[in-house]
Amino acid sequence: MRFYEFEAKRLLQKHGIPVPQGGWAQTPAEAERLAAELGGPVVVKAQVLSHELRRSGAKLVETPAQARQEAERLLQLDDGRRPPRGVLVEKKIQATAEYSIAATYDGARKRPVLLAAAARGNLDEMAAEHPERVVRRHYSALLPFSDYIAKELVAALGLAGSDLTRMTPVVSRLAQMLLQYDLTEADIPCLARLADGSFVAVDCFFDMEAEGRARQRAILEELGIAPAETRGPREATPFEIEAAKIDAEDPRGVAGPVVEFDGNIGLVIGAGGGSLTLTDAVRKHGGRPANYSAIGGNPSVRKAQRLTKLILSKPGVRKIAVMSNVVSNTRADLVARGVIKGVVEMGLDPKETIAIFRVPGAWEADAFKILKKYGVEYCDRSVSMSEAVRRAVEKIGR
Amino acid sequence: MGILVHKDFAFIVQGITGREAVNLTRECLEYGSKIVGGVTPGKGGRDVYGVPVYNTVREITAKQRVDGTVITVPHAFAPDAAFEAIDAGIKLLVIITEGIPRKDACRIIEYADLHGARVIGPNCLGVIVPDVCRFGSLGGPAVDCRKAFQPGVVGVMSRSGGMTTEICNALSAAGLGESTAVSVGGDPVIGSTYVDLMPLFEADPETKAVVVYSEPGGTAEAELAEWVKVHKPRLPIVAFVAGRFMDEMPGMSFGHAGTVVEKKMDSPADKIRRMREAGITVAEEIGDIPRLVRERLEGAAARG
Repeated sequence: MRFYEFEAKRLLQKHGIPVPQGGWAQTPAEAERLAAELGGPVVVKAQVLSHELRRSGAKLVETPAQARQEAERLLQLDDGRRPPRGVLVEKKIQATAEYSIAATYDGARKRPVLLAAAARGNLDEMAAEHPERVVRRHYSALLPFSDYIAKELVAALGLAGSDLTRMTPVVSRLAQMLLQYDLTEADIPCLARLADGSFVAVDCFFDMEAEGRARQRAILEELGIAPAETRGPREATPFEIEAAKIDAEDPRGVAGPVVEFDGNIGLVIGAGGGSLTLTDAVRKHGGRPANYSAIGGNPSVRKAQRLTKLILSKPGVRKIAVMSNVVSNTRADLVARGVIKGVVEMGLDPKETIAIFRVPGAWEADAFKILKKYGVEYCDRSVSMSEAVRRAVEKIGR
Repeated sequence: MGILVHKDFAFIVQGITGREAVNLTRECLEYGSKIVGGVTPGKGGRDVYGVPVYNTVREITAKQRVDGTVITVPHAFAPDAAFEAIDAGIKLLVIITEGIPRKDACRIIEYADLHGARVIGPNCLGVIVPDVCRFGSLGGPAVDCRKAFQPGVVGVMSRSGGMTTEICNALSAAGLGESTAVSVGGDPVIGSTYVDLMPLFEADPETKAVVVYSEPGGTAEAELAEWVKVHKPRLPIVAFVAGRFMDEMPGMSFGHAGTVVEKKMDSPADKIRRMREAGITVAEEIGDIPRLVRERLEGAAARG
């Protein structure tokens, strides 16, 4: 779950990392008032979740009137089917030097890691282009954090004297915040050194792990983030919201994540990896998926039925393909009954509507009996996922 | 032979009285695996399909050799269960539990490292050496499991549990079979990556080729490509990268927790490029894997 910058900055301040003087405005008028209070040139930053908009949605302006104008423009941006969550208005910083620091996890070393460079910007991109410019220091998630680790990183950046002693606590706090708040990333892409020798986080980006949200309730509440806010890269469509409801209302098995695409081939597919593989295969064979789904964990008849109906109610979708990898605990017969029920309730003929059924597993013999009765084409594990997809695309049309 | 487990491999199940664990226990016993005990705090004294249940791991390790543990407890209790197993001297942990935050995964893995223990998972289905030992829940009921997994020459590593079964089923049907299949787990931080397991397959005389199933997200494939360049393994590798469509949808999460394209290295296109540059065969379609393995094996045989 991505944080808006104004939220991440509140968190930084809470932990004693200075941020530019300024405030959060929800309307152009508030932005103007804030700019007037701050005096002089200010930066107006759209509060958005999209990475691209985060980079482009900031502007330096000279007067409060310009701040108002700029806020008006920025608040019109489309942040993945969402409007921006207000704007940040901050006093322009006069930096004598700029740095980038980040804390994240290194899956190769299986440890949290600190990264830094003596320039502002995205550390991943810097690491790809100029690996020698990025310094790294792994640390422990098990042992208490010790400041010397941050000091070593700062020293590796080439800092000395009071710069070293003043940047060290910033890095140390960031490293600990990653762990304390179950963040996947705690980035300060621009840490500015001011003329007085202090350091200020001009820009920052935090992302909290979905799996950690339940135990982070206190801080989320403090920041005013509601449990229902999913904060995906784009807001869910009505189709996706309906699918999530179907999934949530019945605990037996899973249907999601269901994602809407603009194609004509309805996909009742599973499970995690199988769905990724099948969606790719549909596209590879020239087909256009209408949706992504990932049924698994033995979904009930009712769940398969409701999902089928939802997909078939999507404009332009006349046929579905029901496919998965070889399943271990999902009952193919329940899936078969569910999709057929869904198709029939839509007033359609299963034989015409279900292009192919490939859910190989323990209960497939029972599934085949039902499918045969309705004249639905099915196959077992001797037909590869690729071949099943080829047949489905052939029948449904590109 | 195979890797990680063997005929006499004795393991326990932590969280054995849970619904999923009860099925897993029955299926493993039917497959012929040696489960010497289970743990559920407060339920000591019961049994699950004849497997005695204890309150603590040490009650079992005090009496007999325990080679491994399957951890199926709810995610909030997973670190504690893992620490308990490691402190009791168990050296191989399969963590099936999903939804463990990466901080906790790091804590578990670091603690295992300090004690010379190995972690497979989290969010995985475990390990199988066909007809020898099933350590985890790969393949479902024993009769289905025997259909999909057959003894043979291919070492399989997969980020998806379901796709492990799918791929092995295809390899078995093609007469190639598997030396060992490992569901390594779908989380962003896992205990054993492809690179961690490659040396084991390299040292296993029965393994003649390796198949890798991967997904968007993380650096494990880039790491494997680097490893291959440096170590020039004897084993040919055939890889498949699912989720290519996700390249067009940065930030969207599909499937497993680790499956997301945020950075360049997360992207299937980047992974495929790096692996091909290292000489790894990357299959365009999942159904091509058995044919490509055979071609690489024949190529290796022709070169002598």
